[in-house]
Amino acid sequence: MAETSSSNDIVREENLVYAKTKVLTDNVMHYCPGCGHGTTHRLVAEVIEELGIQSDTIGVAPVGCSVLMYNYMDIDMQEAAHGRAPALATAIKRLLPEKYVFTYQGDGDLAAIGTSETIHACNRGENFTIIFINNGIYGMTGGQMAPTTLPNMKTSTSPYGRDVKMMGNPLKMTELVATLPGTCFVTRQSVHSPANVRKARKAIKKAFEYQNLKQGISFVEIVSNCSSGWKMTPLQSNEWMVENMFPFYPLGDIKIPEVQVEQKEGDVLHNSLNQIDKDSKQVKY
Amino acid sequence: MAKVKGAIVVDFEKCKGCEICVVSCPADVIEMTKEVNAKGYHFAYAAKPDDCTGCANCAIVCPDGVITVYKIKIVVEKIA
Ligand SMILES: Cc1ncc(C[n+]2csc(CCOP(=O)(O)OP(=O)(O)O)c2C)c(N)n1
Ligand code: SF4
Ligand code: SF4
Ligand code: SF4
Ligand SMILES: [Mg+2]
Repeated sequence: MAETSSSNDIVREENLVYAKTKVLTDNVMHYCPGCGHGTTHRLVAEVIEELGIQSDTIGVAPVGCSVLMYNYMDIDMQEAAHGRAPALATAIKRLLPEKYVFTYQGDGDLAAIGTSETIHACNRGENFTIIFINNGIYGMTGGQMAPTTLPNMKTSTSPYGRDVKMMGNPLKMTELVATLPGTCFVTRQSVHSPANVRKARKAIKKAFEYQNLKQGISFVEIVSNCSSGWKMTPLQSNEWMVENMFPFYPLGDIKIPEVQVEQKEGDVLHNSLNQIDKDSKQVKY
Repeated sequence: MAKVKGAIVVDFEKCKGCEICVVSCPADVIEMTKEVNAKGYHFAYAAKPDDCTGCANCAIVCPDGVITVYKIKIVVEKIA
């Protein structure tokens, strides 16, 4: 078989199928190799590009490894005090209700110091999106135990494993907020494989679109790895996550919105929901 | 006969050598170099470029977004 084409013929602008989105800056991310923070940043950026809302989106960065998220996203962002992102996002969304607002928070930020802000924003039914990166550990500060740390999991502050009798039980924030009337969409995803990346991207897109429903918080947990905190290679950390994190934090939708749409022609909300229906049948990439 | 053929370009100075793209490629195209980049990481490259289908699996899992993917339909002629 003779091929009529070489690699040089393929690498041309007109044959492009995938390139990094322009909503990400060209700054090199400071994350450890293989860290799910990078992948998740990219998915959020891709969704913002696809929805054409780059100048209509305001993000709130947390304290944790993703504290510098605003260096990587070419959108308006505000840094919150540790755990306070949902309070800040509440203010932003109430002042600028036409903007798409999201918080991006680790498990130490969202489920430890920020538990109160998270639960009350979810219970009040604020209309923004929460992206929750759960790696079961305080990555940034050296791998200390978090409320989300699995039973028997070793961390720098539970070197013999988390003893639930002494240290308490892991907190499933996502199941917890799903029980609150102020959340409309609650889902748990991961970004370690191509199939999971596609699903997570769809979930993040829906979460942003559901802000138009004005039915409350859309909440996307990403179960993620922390190779440095877990003291593994990136590939080992993904395997460990599949074997240990997923049984405790199962992936999938936990709550989906009860959609009540006025069937008015030309109605922005109506059109946006039609868009959601269309998109849920096709994977974008 | 039409066949799909892909190609990847790795922005190798930004690659952190995590190898997640390697295990995500259904055609086993990608391997890690023996040499290292300026950051000291072994980096990903297309070791079997002819097997690439342009599926973009490697690119969408790359945490650092350093892979660009191209794809064409080509005509393959059978030589008897
Ligand atoms: C008020 C306050 N308390 C404590 C800290 C220290 N601190 C910084 S990041 C962090 C935990 C981050 O963990 P997580 O939110 O899970 O983020 P990760 O790094 O794992 O992504 C803590 C306790 C701080 N910066 N500010
Ligand atoms: S310490 Fe963990 S969470 Fe932080 S960048 Fe490294 S791998 Fe990611
Ligand atoms: S585009 Fe698909 S086939 Fe080509 S290297 Fe990437 S994962 Fe492999
Ligand atoms: S996934 Fe990205 S950063 Fe990791 S080895 Fe592959 S190209 Fe490099
Ligand atoms: Mg964490």
